[in-house]
Amino acid sequence: MVDLSLEFCGVKFPNPFTLAAAPTTDSAEMVARAFEAGWGGAILKTTSVETEVVELVYPMMSGIDFEDKKLMGLQNIDLISERHIDEVEKDVKALKKEFPDRVVAASIMGAEKEDWQELVRRLEAAGVDLIECSFSCPHGMPERGMGSTIGQDPELTERTARWVKEAAERVPIVIKLTPQIADITAAAHAVKRSGADGVCAINTLKSLIGVDLDTFIPYPNVGGYSTYGGYSGPAIKPVTLRCVAEIAKSVDIPIAAVGGISTWMDAVEFLLLGATNIQLCTAVMRNGFRIIEDLIDGLTVYLEEKGMKSVTELVGKALPYIVDHSKLSRDYKVVSAVNRETCIKCDVCYIACMDGAHQAIELDENRIPVINEDKCKGCGMCETVCPVEGCITLKPRES
Amino acid sequence: MSVRPKMRELSPEERKAGFDEVEKGLALHQALPEASRCLFCHEAPCVSGCVAGVDVVGFVRRLKTRNFVGAARLIREANVFSAVCSRVCPSEEQCEKPCSSTNLAEPIAISALHRFVADEELKRGIRPEKAGTPTGKKVAVIGAGPAGLTCAHKLARLGHEVTVFEAEEKPGGLMVYGIPRYRLPSEIAEAEIEYAISPGVNLKTGVLVGKDIPFDEIRRNSDAVFIGVGLGYKSQLDIPGHDLPGVLQAGEFLRKAALGDPPELSGRVAVIGGGNVAMDAACSAVRAGASEVVVLYRRREEEMPAWKREREFAKTEGVEFRYLTAPQRFVEKDRKVAGIECVSTKLGEPDSSGRPRPEFIPGTEHVIDVSYVILATGQGPWPEISSVFGGIRFNASGTIKVSPETLATSIEGVFAGGDAVNGGKTVVQAVADGKLAAKSINDFLS
Repeated sequence: MVDLSLEFCGVKFPNPFTLAAAPTTDSAEMVARAFEAGWGGAILKTTSVETEVVELVYPMMSGIDFEDKKLMGLQNIDLISERHIDEVEKDVKALKKEFPDRVVAASIMGAEKEDWQELVRRLEAAGVDLIECSFSCPHGMPERGMGSTIGQDPELTERTARWVKEAAERVPIVIKLTPQIADITAAAHAVKRSGADGVCAINTLKSLIGVDLDTFIPYPNVGGYSTYGGYSGPAIKPVTLRCVAEIAKSVDIPIAAVGGISTWMDAVEFLLLGATNIQLCTAVMRNGFRIIEDLIDGLTVYLEEKGMKSVTELVGKALPYIVDHSKLSRDYKVVSAVNRETCIKCDVCYIACMDGAHQAIELDENRIPVINEDKCKGCGMCETVCPVEGCITLKPRES
Repeated sequence: MSVRPKMRELSPEERKAGFDEVEKGLALHQALPEASRCLFCHEAPCVSGCVAGVDVVGFVRRLKTRNFVGAARLIREANVFSAVCSRVCPSEEQCEKPCSSTNLAEPIAISALHRFVADEELKRGIRPEKAGTPTGKKVAVIGAGPAGLTCAHKLARLGHEVTVFEAEEKPGGLMVYGIPRYRLPSEIAEAEIEYAISPGVNLKTGVLVGKDIPFDEIRRNSDAVFIGVGLGYKSQLDIPGHDLPGVLQAGEFLRKAALGDPPELSGRVAVIGGGNVAMDAACSAVRAGASEVVVLYRRREEEMPAWKREREFAKTEGVEFRYLTAPQRFVEKDRKVAGIECVSTKLGEPDSSGRPRPEFIPGTEHVIDVSYVILATGQGPWPEISSVFGGIRFNASGTIKVSPETLATSIEGVFAGGDAVNGGKTVVQAVADGKLAAKSINDFLS
């Protein structure tokens, strides 16, 4: 039996899979159902003090498809929860009572120092296990000097994180970062300097999801007008992977990964890059709390097959393999190889090589691609387009 | 990967109610994923499977990006009768047969995607074409079927003055007078015929060449001629009682049905024959009031010339097939056909068609009670064709002899194509012939 439990900022999670602060965690009833399904923790939807006015607009969700697949990405123009701290306090108490072994965390956002500190004190008293602070929401909130306005400035980040950390007596403080910054490690260093306990990377990417070709109004159409939103879902995973890796290689701080994670395989990648907590949102909004079964089962079987006893054995294992571009070997040479048995003769590799690479593929009289090894640089483009698993491979050249 | 979608279609019960189109086309949410499944092969094999040379990959790429009209126009440049062919092409034997995706899962539903964009275009109306800059050359086209109209369309766009002579009242040939409406609604054929003649093609209908105007006169008045007169229906079954009331010729039956006035049938209807015309007749009989339809065929299903999809279609509609059964004579009752005396057959050595010859088994004579009989024993060249088109050489089968590269007949400046040349193939082959002939004629005239 493998152990999926993981410690993050000193808090023990029964498994790494945590619901991110989002519509999926906007009530105790929803979170209770998620915990019953098996989720290890939940960050309740971001809340604020009672005086903070939250006026939502609808529709707030817009998807982008990739060909026949729905929801490659999701944009929202949602804001923080309409439910203020007084209601969230009740949820925390109820959830901790019913699910003492799960991690109940809160997400907060404030304008003034007093707001931040009041939120921390009240939630700590209500019994939360961890507090996440959103310095990173890219839409709506920045217009009021909140959200990513803070996260885009390391000085503001450090100052605000310090306020929050000062107010916390017991619970760890995690700062949620925005990818909308030239160097995300500067923000992570600022958090480290503030004394806060961890970072969460990343919040959504500021986006404009699309424009209606008939009305000329971008999506979502809110009474004839639209605005920028926050982009999430599988499309942003590579950005998240990069952010987590950069932070992990440069700052000694616990990292919660969020942004584009949908499967156990995604989770493994983030663990390998040094994350010790895995948060999901869009995948849950789309497919429901039930996906926790696939996440836990997939991760368990993977660890069994790797002969690992604990998920902790994965953490950071990929980091040594990331180096600067200038450090990559110039002596390593590969060449494409086509499996003539499995080739289906669609010849999309030929087109990709002709027009996107080095004109190194020729077609024989049976339309089977033949690699011209003199011309092939081993760029790998043909392998990326081949629809047959394992048909085109890159093999090291014999020197 | 998504799966190959199926069109919505009428249930067998709904079909009996009339001649409404059976297949309803793909929905948008079916067409887009199917287009995404296309691999967009280099030198795509599907294109080589289309005699009209439709750029399948090109149109599927346009479809995938919701450029339905662009997709439809790309097809239409290669095939004037796009929407018609998207309904009647045996695509499983043509473009879809060599599809690379077959090696992954199933071939792309090219025909259904084709129909989807063709229908999108029809919803908006097909953009008519303009005549080319006048060349001063005159071309006569004899026969307004798919071959003749395609040829006329292409030549008119090149600036030639084209006149089409058609014996029937309406242009379209088999598309109007033969193919059942449940496969090809008349408004689809009509829209594309209108498009075909849009670049200023002169159309003379109700003019039978050889009777109303001599072929020589047409030749004298034209710089070039195209002959695309198609085939006639044969009734080779010269057995006793074949002229009894209640014994119908498939060609006449299908013609009336196609024009919206099918003869009213009742009781059990026997269709004699094993080709596509027999299948059309059987399925039309299902709709025309028959309580039971039975197809009688002298050989086995394996030898049937009807396409598999046509046979399956008929079976879905409850048509019964009796193989190895040869009619001997029609039985009369109350001065009307009431039965068919048949004899069972076994298959012997191959005959001139290459198929095993059916041999009668003595002592197996039996009578099948019927209310009507439809004779669908095949199509062949018009018997009058050699006397009408004097001077042209014919093949032994009666089809017109042409050079395969140019479709030129034995008379200089006279070209021919379509069923009258190939003995009866497909609409798309007729379109391809019309295109090739137009190119040859244009080369000849310039």
